[in-house]
Amino acid sequence: MASEVAAKHPKPDTVCGECKCQGNLHDDRFDKLQDIIDKYKDQAGSLIPVLHEAQQLFGCLPEDVQVFVAKGLGIPESEVYGVVTFYSLFSLKPKGKWTISVCLGTACYVKGAADCMEELKKELGCDVGGTSEDGLFTLEGVRCVGACALAPVAVIGDTVYAKVKPEDIKGILAEFVEANSTEARAS
Amino acid sequence: MADERKKVTLTIDGIQVEAYEGEMVLEAARRAGIDIPTLCYHPAIGPIGSCRVCVVEIENGKGLPASCVTPVREGIVVRTNTDAVREARRTVVELILASHPQDCLSCERNGKCELQDLAMRLGIREARFRREKEHKESDTSSAALVRDMDKCILCGRCVSVCGEVQNVAALGFAYRGTDAMVTPMFERGLADSKCVSCGQCARICPVGAIYEKEEWQKVAELINDPDLHVVVQVAPAVRASIGEEFGIPAGTPVTGKLATALKRLGFDAVFDTQFTADLTIMEEGTELLERLKTKGPLPLITSCSPGWIRYAETFHPEFVPNLSSCKSPQQMMGAIIKTYYAEKTGIDPDKIVSVSIMPCTAKKFEASRPEMDASGYRDVDFVLTTRELAKMIRQAGIRFQDLPDGEFDAPLGISTGAGTIFGVTGGVMEAALRTVYEIVTKKPLGKIEFSEVRGLDGIREAEVDLGGTKVRVAVAHGLSNANKLLTHIKETGEHYDFIEVMGCPGGCIMGGGQPRSMDPDIAMKRAAALYTEDRGMELRKSHENPAVVRLYEEFLKKPGSDVAHRLLHTTYEGAEEAAEVSRKEAM
Repeated sequence: MASEVAAKHPKPDTVCGECKCQGNLHDDRFDKLQDIIDKYKDQAGSLIPVLHEAQQLFGCLPEDVQVFVAKGLGIPESEVYGVVTFYSLFSLKPKGKWTISVCLGTACYVKGAADCMEELKKELGCDVGGTSEDGLFTLEGVRCVGACALAPVAVIGDTVYAKVKPEDIKGILAEFVEANSTEARAS
Repeated sequence: MADERKKVTLTIDGIQVEAYEGEMVLEAARRAGIDIPTLCYHPAIGPIGSCRVCVVEIENGKGLPASCVTPVREGIVVRTNTDAVREARRTVVELILASHPQDCLSCERNGKCELQDLAMRLGIREARFRREKEHKESDTSSAALVRDMDKCILCGRCVSVCGEVQNVAALGFAYRGTDAMVTPMFERGLADSKCVSCGQCARICPVGAIYEKEEWQKVAELINDPDLHVVVQVAPAVRASIGEEFGIPAGTPVTGKLATALKRLGFDAVFDTQFTADLTIMEEGTELLERLKTKGPLPLITSCSPGWIRYAETFHPEFVPNLSSCKSPQQMMGAIIKTYYAEKTGIDPDKIVSVSIMPCTAKKFEASRPEMDASGYRDVDFVLTTRELAKMIRQAGIRFQDLPDGEFDAPLGISTGAGTIFGVTGGVMEAALRTVYEIVTKKPLGKIEFSEVRGLDGIREAEVDLGGTKVRVAVAHGLSNANKLLTHIKETGEHYDFIEVMGCPGGCIMGGGQPRSMDPDIAMKRAAALYTEDRGMELRKSHENPAVVRLYEEFLKKPGSDVAHRLLHTTYEGAEEAAEVSRKEAM
């Protein structure tokens, strides 16, 4: 199996071409994926747990990974693709470092969530479901996070932001950008 | 043989019905003469249970179960025509119609559409719901098939036949809810998927969502061009099925009417692919004897079915060296038309248009393969399916059912019964055995019919004694059966000398270009038509075909000669890679 992977990615830094995985499709990740497949191989209903761990490993499920999983589990590629596109937790495209979930439930909506969303789109330069150019943020809309008293609500990473106003957006994003560069300097 | 399944008795619409345990309510009802409407159900695949059109009421049961996936039980009381049932069925179909284009008049399936029939049968007279669906461009990337996803009703028949029956799984469901669609991986075109062009999806699609890439109108135009010599060949399986398009009972061979119809359409010469089926037997039989002698790659596997060839190239490249190098009868006929026939008639091959009528969609793909032009001209210029020919005949105002019998033109219209049975699973094997036996033993065959390779079991095996040499043969039809057989060989190393594979379940008679049918016994009826035809032929062995003998005398010299190899044989994708692998293994 290893030789097959090597043939596909002759150099460790080869970009897969299908996604923005930043040239991280190293051989050893496919070796790890093979270990994951071997772990689940003989169990019924193994596709979803394998895809789950594959997504943790690669950040997303690009074509190479899906084809590899299909072959490894002996199921058709079209079936893997069907499952990946069916569940919203699987992603074909790499996600940003942080996911911004803007609540678009009724309460948040009437309190101006749509304006916040517009501001976010403008600041991030991407649409809902998209990822900012710098790879830091993925923007998503969600239906009610169960914190209507705090409307409008946005969740970034693990942090909940309450009563968000469009004019707050710039400042909030700056905190994360700052945290990211501090982290980068530290390493 | 007595059926040993347990019997149960149930009541359907007040009628006592006997059924076997494990049967579905739908099947039991149909046997009792109650025709529950269906949409996703098709006899060629297992029940899907997705469309909910076949719902019924069961006394003391919950809700309205779908009868196609509800097993019969002792004593249940089923009602199939209550107000609630009718209302539910109507709503289901109205909701399907809501996101279905209303352009029936210009649809490929106009007048032959299961959704149209159903709407009429359920008495739907107005479009109550309307949903604007985003328009998707049709996928025309394949040489054989067109997918119009605006028309798709997501019944899942194509996904089922592609994955389960054909083991290809080029098509699958993706996304969900209102975004759900049937598509190859990553919404690619069929040409960029693992599709082998077998067209089983097109044969069973209930609506106009998948159909063959049509070329019949173009051919009708070219026939009228006085500068062109338009020649047609017609495959054996077409004569076993085209009558159905004109109300002739299934299983009636219509060879004579077919020849007359083609002449009346204005083709300049009407030839029979059975002629080159006989020729294939000469070439392939010689190849088999050669390989038996040199022990070089065995089993030899037949190469007449282009869907099967594509499947082997894509899914089992390790068996590519086993494929016979013979072109299919369609391509052989094309090559002979543009060389031997052109020479004999003194017609410039550049002015010859070679058309073929095939039960098959993969034949369109095969004719488009770049290597199919050894004569310097395309072997075959246009391939029409049986269904396309029926359209052409209808458009021309020819009353097919009333036609007198005609004959194919000499010399490429002369054939034997061995060529006829090429259209049914086991037929190529039987035709080859009839000839190879006589060549090897130099004795006339006592019993001409090899019943052991006949029938519709997915895989059949036999041992044939060729004058002391025992030859092990196997027949598989439908690609999942082919897959089963090849996997078995790979895993066990079991030895076979000669294998026939036809890509479609039942063989060409059930090809992707054949008339659509909901009759569960249709394969048996069409097979019977070909076997009847064979029995009625004067000559039943390929090597006795006088026109084939003459072709060798005048042009090809002998089977396997250089000129035969140049014109009648071909190469496959992956052949070099496979050779490389075996070289490495030998080292």
